[in-house]
Amino acid sequence: MQTDWLWGLAGGGLIGLAGAILLLGNGRIMGASGILGSTVDRSAGKDSSENVMFLAGLVATPAILALPFPGMDTHLSPQIWVIVVGGLLVGIGTRLANGCTSGHGVCGISRLSRRSIASTLVYVGAGVLTISLLRHVWGLI
Amino acid sequence: MMRFFLAWLAGSVFGVGLLISGMADTVKVQGFLDIFGAWDPTLAFVMGGAIVPMVIAWRLAARGKVSLAGSPMPHPGQGPVDRRLMVGSVLFGAGWAIAGLCPGPAIASLGFGGTGGVIFLLAMVAGMLAEAQIARPIDGVTAWTSDR
Repeated sequence: MQTDWLWGLAGGGLIGLAGAILLLGNGRIMGASGILGSTVDRSAGKDSSENVMFLAGLVATPAILALPFPGMDTHLSPQIWVIVVGGLLVGIGTRLANGCTSGHGVCGISRLSRRSIASTLVYVGAGVLTISLLRHVWGLI
Repeated sequence: MMRFFLAWLAGSVFGVGLLISGMADTVKVQGFLDIFGAWDPTLAFVMGGAIVPMVIAWRLAARGKVSLAGSPMPHPGQGPVDRRLMVGSVLFGAGWAIAGLCPGPAIASLGFGGTGGVIFLLAMVAGMLAEAQIARPIDGVTAWTSDR
């Protein structure tokens, strides 16, 4: 528990390194929602095979790394409405906003994009409000 | 060939970073957003740790016209903070808080997140595909308000 911040910092460093590899290597901005979204709605065009390679690494490498640790878990709620409503809102919201935690939160803020700074302030604020209402006011999650 | 390898490498490093940072743990995500409960500041360190390499990368990118693999380097400017961005960010933040996963970790968790993770990913993809229909009324409202 005391070392969580260190893991956070190290993991964050790798997330930033991944964004740097994609930007300097391929000239692409690393946004998870954009890479997945443009691949499933077929708007990626010539970038789609590159996107598939990115997604393949993103799925396979953590899966292999997690093998020796069977306790690895997302601790996702067993309540089906939580999973479905949460997924739908994240899908719709990130496509509308044209970015998520990686695209706006990491890549956008790093270049002082006004859209990304505004988006990050709003989604973190909306998240704080939502968890406060669901957990402390209505006791739903 | 090189750009495919680099895309795979970036996806892999991203996935490992998400896994060890706590971004793929819904308890840590909800703990970060729960500032009126037992607040968990870990995600602030994740954000800080991720921004440092990206600031350096953008500085290096500003000097170059092409990337290592030969594709043009993006030089994005400042876009408008519009209604679509704001509505989308509110919906995304609400969904992120409800379930505790954002798109990157949702994809990464496919290998270790169990059935729940798969259902979340399917719901998220359904939302992404439905977005085009939902965007139209939002843009309609924008046009309506800017007329007045």
